Amino acid sequence: MDKALFEFLCRMGDNTLVLGHRVSEWCGHAPVLEEDIALANMSLDLIGQTQLWLGLAGEIEGKGRSADDFAYLRDAFDFRNLLLVEQPNGDFGKTLMRQFLFDGFQSVMLEQLAISKNERVREIAQKVAKEVSYHLERSSDLVVRLGDGSQESHQRMQAALEDLWPYVGEMFLDEAEDAVLADAGIAPQPSSLKTAWDELMLPLLGKACLEVPESGYFQKGGKRGTHSEHLGFILAEMQFLQRAYPGATW
Amino acid sequence: MTVMTERKQQAVSEPDLQNVWQWLEEVPDPEIPVLSLVDLGVIRSIEAQGGELVVAVSPTYSGCPATRIIHEDVAAKLREKGLSAFRVEAVLSPPWSSEWISKSGRKKLAAYGIAPPQASGKPKACPQCGSAQLELVSQFGSTPCKASWRCLSCLEPFDYFKCI
Repeated sequence: MDKALFEFLCRMGDNTLVLGHRVSEWCGHAPVLEEDIALANMSLDLIGQTQLWLGLAGEIEGKGRSADDFAYLRDAFDFRNLLLVEQPNGDFGKTLMRQFLFDGFQSVMLEQLAISKNERVREIAQKVAKEVSYHLERSSDLVVRLGDGSQESHQRMQAALEDLWPYVGEMFLDEAEDAVLADAGIAPQPSSLKTAWDELMLPLLGKACLEVPESGYFQKGGKRGTHSEHLGFILAEMQFLQRAYPGATW
Repeated sequence: MTVMTERKQQAVSEPDLQNVWQWLEEVPDPEIPVLSLVDLGVIRSIEAQGGELVVAVSPTYSGCPATRIIHEDVAAKLREKGLSAFRVEAVLSPPWSSEWISKSGRKKLAAYGIAPPQASGKPKACPQCGSAQLELVSQFGSTPCKASWRCLSCLEPFDYFKCI
């Protein structure tokens, strides 16, 4: 049970860690100052959530590893994040679409975790859900505005959706640990979240005048540690200091 | 030296909890110094547990960089008051809500130029001129707990304390 829970907590924490790092790459580069600040704040929320998920993962594992140890001292094959969150930022529209697709997933996932039979998971989920509902409010508002905006913004949002669609399916892919956790009432089977995600997201995409790609094919592997080439570059930057100067603090 | 130790022990064995609440009212929030930690509603409980004082603190946002400073500031204040046997604990549940900001805290925010949180999810009035003609600039502002708004009457931008 603890092993399954540990895996699951790494997935939750690695998703927010990798996405948080990706979003932080915008700091100082966003199209307008307000968006720059918003992206940096989103990133901060995601890194904060990472501390909670990976902190608990370390406690469950019981080997004395901290959230920082997980972030800075593991290699790519130990990361359990979805391929979606490691995808490069692209233009502002693609960054926003990636956030929107992920926010929707977090939102339906946290709704279930907020009633988890594991008290610690439940507490974190209830805390984080407030932040995520705010993120979803923002990302869906912007996706609708840009999707239903100018010809240029519409075309970019449609392209972003098509680029990222092959990474959506992995969110709902069940792994062996998921059945164990679902039986214990700790976390839902990801496949059981698909209907809620569709009900939440498809009307918003419709409102944004975006066409959902028909292909059902999707990329997978992230949850098992098989990543795209992009993750290595993220880790190279993120982990440099701790690798070059082990134990450095400030 | 002996005298100081005695004082410390006395303060720990009989901590007047009401006093401790008052001390923490003197500790400003590191990012919005016009609010005290008590005004902000992050001090969840102060209890004496077997000779030790336990202060439970809730984070506002999980990534708020001020959280650690808040814990340090609480500890510094208790030490300043002569306490040595205390613990500052982080409490996640129930999650902090902007509804926990005190009435006086709301007044202080408005006087400081930050529109206090509203159940409707948007500011009631411009903290500069009081106008209700307002528009959202961005859902995020200078800290994780604030959004940016603009007054359409006096044209001044202002921070709004997000409602969560």
